[in-house]
Amino acid sequence: MSTVAPDTTSQTTREIMYREALNEALREEMLRDDRVFLIGGGIGRRGGSYKVTVNLLDEFGPKRVIDAPISEASFTGMGVGAAITGMRPVVEILFVDFTSLIIDQIVNQAAKYRFMSGGKGRVPMVLRTQGGSGGSLAAQHSQSLEAWYYHVPGLKVVMPATPYDAKGLLKSAIRDDDPVIFIEHKLLYMEKGPVLQQEYTIDLGVGDIKRAGKDVTIVAWSGMVRQALSAAGKLSGQGIDAEVIDPRTLVPLDKEMILNSVRKTERLVIVQEAIRRGGVASDIASMVQQEAFDYLDAPIEIVAGKNTPIPFNSHLERVSVPQEADIIDAVKRCLYVQ
Amino acid sequence: MYSQQFLEQLYRTLYTIRVFETQCIRLYRQGLIIGYFHPYLGEEAIATGVCAALREDDYIVSTHRGHGHCIARGGELKKMVSEVLGREDGYCHGRGGSMHIADVTKGNIGANGIVGGGIPIGVGAALGISVRGGDQVVAVFFSDGAANNGVFPESLNMAAIWNLPVVFVLENNQYAVSSPIEEMTRVPDLHKRGEAYGVPSSMIDGNDVLAVYERTREAVEMCRKGKGPVLIEAKTYRHGGHHVNDPGSYMPKERLEYYKAHDPVLIGRKYLREEGGVDEEQILAIEHEMDRQMEEAIEFARNSPHPSVEKFLEEVTRS
Repeated sequence: MSTVAPDTTSQTTREIMYREALNEALREEMLRDDRVFLIGGGIGRRGGSYKVTVNLLDEFGPKRVIDAPISEASFTGMGVGAAITGMRPVVEILFVDFTSLIIDQIVNQAAKYRFMSGGKGRVPMVLRTQGGSGGSLAAQHSQSLEAWYYHVPGLKVVMPATPYDAKGLLKSAIRDDDPVIFIEHKLLYMEKGPVLQQEYTIDLGVGDIKRAGKDVTIVAWSGMVRQALSAAGKLSGQGIDAEVIDPRTLVPLDKEMILNSVRKTERLVIVQEAIRRGGVASDIASMVQQEAFDYLDAPIEIVAGKNTPIPFNSHLERVSVPQEADIIDAVKRCLYVQ
Repeated sequence: MYSQQFLEQLYRTLYTIRVFETQCIRLYRQGLIIGYFHPYLGEEAIATGVCAALREDDYIVSTHRGHGHCIARGGELKKMVSEVLGREDGYCHGRGGSMHIADVTKGNIGANGIVGGGIPIGVGAALGISVRGGDQVVAVFFSDGAANNGVFPESLNMAAIWNLPVVFVLENNQYAVSSPIEEMTRVPDLHKRGEAYGVPSSMIDGNDVLAVYERTREAVEMCRKGKGPVLIEAKTYRHGGHHVNDPGSYMPKERLEYYKAHDPVLIGRKYLREEGGVDEEQILAIEHEMDRQMEEAIEFARNSPHPSVEKFLEEVTRS
């Protein structure tokens, strides 16, 4: 395993933003491997809407940092074709909401090519996009759609919550031989966190215990990790010691890390920003009740987005997705405390 | 003007595609092939002429009607028949079937079950060439049906703005499944769309293998010089319905008869006899040889085992 804990004392870290960590990952991989190139809308001259690709056009030129027309389905398909023929494209779709336009190329082409070709073909492509609510961007720019891709065999789904994870996971995603859906969160781009000075990668499929605890397991990913950690902080003041697990990649999923934690705490709360119906949280709950039923001391709690398109009004938007108080309530329910 | 050897090679390909499709339809009727099977009968000259103008290190992207492209690109009959029978020795070990044969080692990026799905993939292969450098070319086969899918104008435009080495080969067989092209667009001469994107575009007789070869050769040359992309509309007609079980009752009889008489295989045969100076006896010998190779491929495929269920389930558990 190449995972390195961010607080390793022998190594130097510095505080950088999530978007800067992503930029470093792209730059390092482009320097390391000539086959890596970027294509997307406004990623070159503009440096991306969230500044993830700033300065890369200057450094690598327009052949490797390509500003594409608003033709998402086709430039994603071009990523697929370039990947099949030996390149390592990183395709950027500005909002996960817009991936509705590229579903054929991801679901019918990229995800299935290796299988359909009898195992001989490879699609080493990364689709970078961002999702989540916050900021009154309304119903077509705020969704959490990871379940769409989680559902499709042949895809990997990565959702980093910290700058450290974002960098290490993006580097691994680019080196992976299969298509990876890499979903960032729009509220995290300006978040700072410790990132190693030295080069590192994080293996896909390895979760991270973001906070160790013994009383209850909270599983959360992407933007919800922050909420879970702040809920855990509040709960510790009330004598409840929560463990927060961030699977970091939903496919492959670090089931063992989740199961081991549940076997220890005997209680599980799963938090997802996406709406509950048909979501990843339900699938994790199903897996845990199947494999650790005898350990559970309370029904598994799922805290999820409400069954609604994300509203524009910020008061309405806030109540549409899980808040710290919702997580605290769920934890208390499964501990049977008021 | 053309060597006898070259004309013979073209004819071998034309005839092999014809025999492959005809024999597979027979196997389908016997219940040995199941699922969807889209014959390329009547369109053989397009794949043959285009692929003859390509280099070994070039790429093609195929369609759901893709057997002809695969054969013209050097596909192996044994592996092809095995795949359409769903057997272990097939190109995809029985996991892909008729619509999903790919062989990247031969530059065949693959067929596709989604109409239009391969267009951006082919343009992406060309983008890869442009990033890497080099003078490889990609021939993207697609149909009049696919031309009405949004990825066609999108991909054509991007190939144009980045001068990508793509030959767009529009196989206009005049039907999108069962919908006649003149009802699906106001301008059925689809190459005219290319001009709007600044792409050199023209129309040829898609049943004339030498016309296809010549126009493709020019297009490939332009692409290698960095003056791509090029759009070629090859007019043609299916000899039957959309797939084996579609009788094609919507195809007007006179038009079908016209195109059956204007047969790409017979045209290629005539070239071989008249321009190649190959006599009837020699042509029959070539045909017998290809018939025999197809028989061997069928025999091989029928004896190929079904893929192992245990191995498949093991792969699934691991993934």
